[in-house]
Amino acid sequence: MDPRPRGGDGEVVKDWPLWEVFVRTKGGLSHRHVGSVHAPDGEIAVRHARDTYTRRMEGVSLWVVESSAIHASDPADDGPMFAPAEDKVYRHPTFYNIPEGITHI
Amino acid sequence: MPSLPPIRPQDEARARALKTGEGEHGFDAPTEETNASALFDYALRLGDDALILGQRLGEWTGRCPSVEVDLSIANFALDLVGQATYFLGYAGKVEGKGRDGDALAFHRDVLDYRNCLLVEQPNGDFAQTMARQLLFSTWQKMLFERLVISSDALIASVAAKAVKEVAYHEELAAEWVVRLGDGTEESHRRMADGIAWNWRFVPELFDRDEIDSAITSQGIGADVASFREAYDARIGAVLAEATLDRPTDQRPILGGRRGHHSEHLGHILSEMQFLPRAYPDAKW
Repeated sequence: MDPRPRGGDGEVVKDWPLWEVFVRTKGGLSHRHVGSVHAPDGEIAVRHARDTYTRRMEGVSLWVVESSAIHASDPADDGPMFAPAEDKVYRHPTFYNIPEGITHI
Repeated sequence: MPSLPPIRPQDEARARALKTGEGEHGFDAPTEETNASALFDYALRLGDDALILGQRLGEWTGRCPSVEVDLSIANFALDLVGQATYFLGYAGKVEGKGRDGDALAFHRDVLDYRNCLLVEQPNGDFAQTMARQLLFSTWQKMLFERLVISSDALIASVAAKAVKEVAYHEELAAEWVVRLGDGTEESHRRMADGIAWNWRFVPELFDRDEIDSAITSQGIGADVASFREAYDARIGAVLAEATLDRPTDQRPILGGRRGHHSEHLGHILSEMQFLPRAYPDAKW
């Protein structure tokens, strides 16, 4: 039997949309993707993100983005997308000396 | 305003005394001991409100509409139990008879509990739970905002910490009341029912007795009458946004603050107190 909850009209109740969650752990750092939550709208998604991902003081700022708004690369397309960068070591900024005491670079 | 006078424990006791010919202090009149100190009682009221609602909300764990909501409600419960730990620990200290917070939480029976009736009401469905949360958290937030300047250092510091937690409870509860009230036909009906169920317990939140007067005159407590209007305005605004009608006022039911509880509290305590009573030496 299909275990999914059904409404009064017998139709399967659709789940809330998925939202991607980004947390800024402290001032000066970028927001980083930490996971996702289900929520009926953006405001509740921020609350759910707060309760799910920042309950141990992990963040100072939260972003949520509806997952369907994200355009992603196609994994099947990884050859043309990523292979050409493989032999171009000179693109890495490893030829510079980073002064001491500089973090988050 | 309600047209009928509230049912007060004193009236009940008097009615019983008239009927049985006994003295005015029936078998369930508050004991001398629990009236010993107004501060002790006040701390118990604050602590018991938080403890009982925390326990109630804990019943949702694992049963919420989604795992995210499960975390939200469990967070509420943990915040409230944390507040209860401070207030009951303090009550025990004020009493000075060697009882700590755990002793007060796990070794008192229904008649010695001082929480308001609203917090012990059944969870019902998610709408009823959120209706109760809105009605209670709005009151608790306005109370704690005033307790921040309490002349009692401990109450002031706990209020300062807790007011942020409670402000979040109030906001999230309001969000859900609006979404369900202004949602589908079914969610609207359920939220209207949830508000209606809990509405008759609101007047008790604003009832004042001699313990309130004593504690307020010392600058320790806050006068609940000072934010009645603000409370009504806030609840009215949320209900309006949720397209819900304000229920008509019924005869207020009082008594929780004096140990006269609904039948629900005994069931909550039997579950909450089972373990420490059955295994008094258990450690975890």
